[in-house]
Amino acid sequence: MIDAFLRPFAFEFFRNGLAVATLAGALCGLVGVYVVLKGMSYIGHGLSHAIFGGFAASTLLGVNFFLGAGAWGFVSALMISGVTRRRLIGADAAIGVITTASFALGLALFAVFGSAGSGSFDAALFGSILGVGAHDVWAIGAVLLFAVAVIFLRYRALLFTAFDPDVAAASGVNIARIDALLMLVLAASILATMQVVGVTLIAATLVIPATVARMLTHSFSRMLVLATGIGAVSGFVGMNLSYHLDVQSGPTIVLVGAALFAFVFAITGPRGLRRTEGLDEQPEPVPAVVRQAPP
Amino acid sequence: MTATGGDELVRFERVTCAYGGRPVLVNVDLVVSAGQFTGVVGPSGSGKTTLLHAITGSVRPVVGAIRRGPALRVAYVPQVETVNWSFPVTVGECVLMARSGRVWPWPSRAERADVAAVLARLGIDRLRRRHIRELSGGQQQRVFIARALLRRPQLLLLDEPTSGVDVKTRHEVLHLLDDLNADGLAILLTTHDLNGIAAHLPHLVCLNREIIGAGAPHEVLTTEVLERTYGARMEVLEHGGMPVIVDRYTSGNVVTLRRAAR
Repeated sequence: MIDAFLRPFAFEFFRNGLAVATLAGALCGLVGVYVVLKGMSYIGHGLSHAIFGGFAASTLLGVNFFLGAGAWGFVSALMISGVTRRRLIGADAAIGVITTASFALGLALFAVFGSAGSGSFDAALFGSILGVGAHDVWAIGAVLLFAVAVIFLRYRALLFTAFDPDVAAASGVNIARIDALLMLVLAASILATMQVVGVTLIAATLVIPATVARMLTHSFSRMLVLATGIGAVSGFVGMNLSYHLDVQSGPTIVLVGAALFAFVFAITGPRGLRRTEGLDEQPEPVPAVVRQAPP
Repeated sequence: MTATGGDELVRFERVTCAYGGRPVLVNVDLVVSAGQFTGVVGPSGSGKTTLLHAITGSVRPVVGAIRRGPALRVAYVPQVETVNWSFPVTVGECVLMARSGRVWPWPSRAERADVAAVLARLGIDRLRRRHIRELSGGQQQRVFIARALLRRPQLLLLDEPTSGVDVKTRHEVLHLLDDLNADGLAILLTTHDLNGIAAHLPHLVCLNREIIGAGAPHEVLTTEVLERTYGARMEVLEHGGMPVIVDRYTSGNVVTLRRAAR
């Protein structure tokens, strides 16, 4: 049994894949806390689809994936954030237009330019550890370090903005800058995670660990730590299951997260679930057209 | 921003604010002085919250000027109904948000002492580790006042501080604010509650996009001012030297008087 468990560790691609999946789970768990608390779950889902367009374009044009898709993702994130904050049109409609158009563009590019990237296409949609190299481990490690640094150094402003954006603005916090910073972290996280989890399931890796963590604690700081740990465990166990069950890594990672949710729910019961009621409620903001930083 | 004179904290000069071209405040002249305790009353959509946001600087006037005292410290307490009570913050974490400028996530020794002092002053020091949803209405309001006080403000703004609370909690909040004002803190609050809050305050402003009246309650709470403010007929009676406002509405040939609860 132990031999069977240890057997895949003999392969370098698995060791790399496991490291990437664990780091990606931790990263998504950490960033997912803000995604859930700010009511951005749909943005996370949409952004992963938007980045797929950049992924397709950079794959076919031979541009570095992290630069091409990264720039595409960040611009999409800023557009989504701007439209959501200004409420020029309904946020869900705006996200739907921006992200599905980008996703459709990615599909069209693959269709027009043929099968050159078809392997990457499947991996991008559903996740795969095939082809994960040491450079991917370093890349996702760097993004995790960046996310931890941003959250550590802007902890108070991020917390205040997530909890009470209007009062944060009235207290001198630059809401637009904090939102842009969070979008940058989110876009980088999705970009780094896409290869392992896949576009279609990234939203789940953002949402599930944070939701499970919320069921376990009332404290924001503890929720950050718990969500990061739950995400890492989901990634580690999910990647092992992916190998042994011969199922793509994205689904197994998400299913492990869902199993953890069910387990915690069984322990905490309705009390835990009640903690997540209205978790992503956001007050009506002061219209951005008249908002400015306090003098 | 230009400085005000004397003990003035904030001065509005012919201020008009608008959302997307729709004016919300029109030609507002208003002075808030040090130590003043003012209530702003008016119907829903009359611009009360916008007035508070204009003072904090979150809303910018499209016409006119808002002048603030040099290095004025303003703190804002939102309506409790807008708070996300499911958000995972303890009382201590919530209060500490007032110090958003510090880089390190954890509180310094001085910050811990400040938080403990402000919680003790408001009588909620034993609740520091409790989640904000586990508190009574009065305790919840105190948490947000504590967060505001941690900024050491000269002017405290409160948006509907007694909205949705019971009479006991309303009395608690009023007593607390009265004590803070007695210590020299200027307070400006908005309220819908004419009898429970407004009539007890030393200074009132009646607002319906523009200022209809301002002064002591017995000067402002008149049938004419209230009708212009609310667009509805009200009667003002007197009980124990306090104005009491009652609705007056006509049904067929019967004229009925009813207490204007809220």
